[in-house]
Amino acid sequence: MTGQEFKDIFYNGVWKQNTGVVQLLGLCPILAVSSSVVNAVSLGLATMLVMTLSGAAIAPIRQLVPNEARIPVFILIIAVLVTVVQFTMNAYMYKLYVVLGIFIPLIVTNCIVLARIESFASKNPMLESALDGFAMGLGLTAVLAVLGGIREIFGHGTLLSGIDMVFGETAKSWVITVVPNYHGFLLAILPPGAFITLGMLIAAKNWLNLRAEQKLKGASATIVPVDGGCSPAMH
Amino acid sequence: MRRTIAKASLLTALNLLFFALIGTAVLAITYRLTHDPIARSEEMEKLKLIAQIAPAGSYDNDIIRDTTELGPDELLGNDTATPAYLGRLNGVPSIVVMQVIAPDGYGGKIHMVIAIRRDGRIAGVRVVSDKETPGLGDYIEIAKSKWINGFAGKALDNPDASGWKVKKDGGVFDYMAGATITPRAVVKAVHKALQYYAQHRETLFKARPSPVQVKGEQQ
Repeated sequence: MTGQEFKDIFYNGVWKQNTGVVQLLGLCPILAVSSSVVNAVSLGLATMLVMTLSGAAIAPIRQLVPNEARIPVFILIIAVLVTVVQFTMNAYMYKLYVVLGIFIPLIVTNCIVLARIESFASKNPMLESALDGFAMGLGLTAVLAVLGGIREIFGHGTLLSGIDMVFGETAKSWVITVVPNYHGFLLAILPPGAFITLGMLIAAKNWLNLRAEQKLKGASATIVPVDGGCSPAMH
Repeated sequence: MRRTIAKASLLTALNLLFFALIGTAVLAITYRLTHDPIARSEEMEKLKLIAQIAPAGSYDNDIIRDTTELGPDELLGNDTATPAYLGRLNGVPSIVVMQVIAPDGYGGKIHMVIAIRRDGRIAGVRVVSDKETPGLGDYIEIAKSKWINGFAGKALDNPDASGWKVKKDGGVFDYMAGATITPRAVVKAVHKALQYYAQHRETLFKARPSPVQVKGEQQ
């Protein structure tokens, strides 16, 4: 893998084809767990880990799997990896495991994991595939972090609440109270708040893209709608 | 022609089988490696929860292992048998920790644990899980408010039956304006749990011969 390839895969995963705000894949967990930074980032990291591992696991065996059986085999491998992550979280991060609950096993059904395997890992060598999974997962985690941060500040007036679920009791003092004596803003905590915030993030990203494009061309560019891929939101 | 199709199918099937076996092996190993830590952390969580409602010193036995099954009962709100933890002090029954479900919360079932002392007074109540409206009905959670501590020391005769309601309905329990269905459900469930305890008080600790435990006997 050359340096340029490395850069391309990374840029593609984190920014250009970002799963959260460009491909709009895997919206269900994004909307469900992003009510606080800790929850959002934790699920993002779990997904990133699964994507990296599944890319690394599937790329080397891609030639061993007959074409007709590839989807079941891929899903099987992804499911095994997710279950390994789930067991590990259950053993060593019990509280977080309870909070994320059903959304950990649901990583298996997250469209983005299989989508990257199908479109990338089944056609590329191991290292590139692992990097692709990592970069895509990182992009997702970043979007989840911003989404969780915005919703937590508006919803609860805090940041990093629940960090003790990851780092133990001592971490309780890490919680940042952004607005003291905040009474909470229900809309930000409930699912509609997630949709609205995600919409704003998409708009912000499009605006940044547009500005970069205009700078490049020095002329006026038109807004192009984002490509929705296989997102349920587009159907 | 037919033979090639059969051969291809067989190969595909074998391929699937091969990966299924590898997957099973990986899972079996992970399961074995994580089994003990998982059991340990689940026990730790339970103990922490019990320690919140049953004060230290109110029991000295291995409460996690001194359990009895409580069958489905309308007063507990459970559909399947749930364990109750029996606390003993010097081998004498002192406190019981039971799981209670309030079926009529605003967002569905509210799962709680309640610790009742031998004499029928409540030592503490905690909400384990609920689907009440965030920011509105969730003040029943200890993380959000101290409301739930209001049950400590209460018993069937303190207040009497007419007092086991929220203040809005003429009872003695506080509530917050805008969310009365939630506390109403909790108060009702706690009251029912006390009734259950009163009915089963004698049999509860006899559910199994009370083992006189020497401290440190079990690991």
